[in-house]
Amino acid sequence: MTVIQVEQLSKSYFVPEREAGLGAALKSLVRRKNREVKAVDAISFEIGPGEVVGFLGPNGAGKTTTLKMLSGLLYPTGGAARVLGHTPEKRERGFLTQVTLVMGNRSQLQWDIPALDSYDLQRAIYGLDPAGYRRTRDELIELMQVGDLVRKPVRNLSLGERMKVEFIGALLHNPKVIFLDEPTLGLDVTMQRRLREFVAGYNARTGATVLLTSHYMADVEALCKRVIVIHHGTLLYDGDLAGLSARFASYKTISASFDQTPPALDGYGEVVATDGLRVTLRVPKAETSRATARLLTDLAVVDLTVEDPPIDDVIEKVFSSPVVK
Amino acid sequence: MKNLLDFYVGQMRIAAVTQLQYRAANYFYMIGMVAEPIVYLVVWSTIAEAQGGVVGGYTAGGFAAYYIVWTLVRNMNIVFTPYGWEWRIREGQLSGMLLRPIHPLHGDIAYFAGWKVAVIILWLPIAAVLALVFRPEINPTVQEVVVFFIAIWGAYLIRTMLLWLLGMITFWTTRVGALFELYFAAELLLSGRLVPMSVMPPWVQALSAWMPFRWAFQYPIEALVGDLPTEQLWLGLGMQALWIVLAGGAALIAWRWAVKQYSAVGG
Repeated sequence: MTVIQVEQLSKSYFVPEREAGLGAALKSLVRRKNREVKAVDAISFEIGPGEVVGFLGPNGAGKTTTLKMLSGLLYPTGGAARVLGHTPEKRERGFLTQVTLVMGNRSQLQWDIPALDSYDLQRAIYGLDPAGYRRTRDELIELMQVGDLVRKPVRNLSLGERMKVEFIGALLHNPKVIFLDEPTLGLDVTMQRRLREFVAGYNARTGATVLLTSHYMADVEALCKRVIVIHHGTLLYDGDLAGLSARFASYKTISASFDQTPPALDGYGEVVATDGLRVTLRVPKAETSRATARLLTDLAVVDLTVEDPPIDDVIEKVFSSPVVK
Repeated sequence: MKNLLDFYVGQMRIAAVTQLQYRAANYFYMIGMVAEPIVYLVVWSTIAEAQGGVVGGYTAGGFAAYYIVWTLVRNMNIVFTPYGWEWRIREGQLSGMLLRPIHPLHGDIAYFAGWKVAVIILWLPIAAVLALVFRPEINPTVQEVVVFFIAIWGAYLIRTMLLWLLGMITFWTTRVGALFELYFAAELLLSGRLVPMSVMPPWVQALSAWMPFRWAFQYPIEALVGDLPTEQLWLGLGMQALWIVLAGGAALIAWRWAVKQYSAVGG
């Protein structure tokens, strides 16, 4: 069973374009030039119930556009999407009452009044039964540890506090699908961690499906077993987070500890760090076994670990690679 | 239907609370707005007195009544403007509204209706001061008062629908200020805002009867101060209902096309 089904989904924009200067401006009055920009170019994937999937890509890759199409904000120009059996862009009540979209840079709560008042309005909008609504609201307030913050006008809250009350507002109707667009944007490390824990706990408790975009790899590593990587509107990778390194990393990291200062290790790989008697080497993936065997044979190694490179490095490599279409 | 009613009550309550929270700012805004009708009132009262006491059927006291009620109707005419659509689209503010399982038109009607409740409360002392200063001639019947209270809300709905419809253009092009200004100029001349329509040439009066503007502005004022015959009082409500349906229907059809153009660029 799939919750989100995306087939050849595309979104293009026509953007007016002209050279700088008065001459070009006058020329554009007569002959307007438009360029088609493919924000999302025929991507396909499926997401099952309860999955937490990281949707990764550099700025302008098409992540947010995809999320907006899946949440019904944008009409696709090609292909199709189904979310919980609904066509998102039709924005049927049955669809909207089962999904939510939290955007890190956007507040959907009313600025001048306490969040509690906005929550009451959400109850009316979603037609929630008053007792059930109060139970869910109080539960979320407790889980988020916001206490009396919900009684202050939203404009008086800090960014982190605002995001917490925003999350509560977005989840009051117990959505089955949660779209999170950079939910931890601009938050400090503690607040990021708290929101991550909240999302993980919520997913475990309710079985909601989560599709998350974030530039913070800590978010993705903490929450997502599966990632979908999109670049220039096309899908580059869909699979395990661990598999991303296997697919895109061209090297591995070997960390070796010695009981006395080792000789120069340049012949075994590129030395990237030395910390006392511990040396970290970077070796081409294909050379890893041979380099490890040589190190163990040639030197008195106390401890040795072979690891994939940090996920941030892998992602950076993926994002900087040219797109082949 | 119960949910919708629940939403209207909730949204109106929030809007009223928010506006009363900013009562000082609202008061200054309303007092500033009083300057316009006072200028019209002084000019037309002077002309009426110079022409033997009556112009277009209005005495100086009649003009005073007209322009004092004008201040309330003008406030009832304040709705979400087409310029606001530019902001909603450019800043992506519409996204939040689209995510809610309720039509954004309901959101706007309910929010501004709540605002009107605060406006009426704040308007009463202003009207009292104006009445003390300008001595209006006003003797409404119970029927006229009842029709007036329905008509000011009818006026509010007509203008909401019309400006919603106009705002839809913004989905195709965000620089439509000049077009909006053209609309507002026509509205100013044909609504009775500048002068009562009875002062205008007959052909302008005939034209205004077939346009929506008059029913959203002059008609509610006349219902209270104009001594309209009973059939004209009720005909006016009928015309308001007709324009609400026509403009509302057109706005909903236009919305279906317009929302497909939304690019949600800002959020």
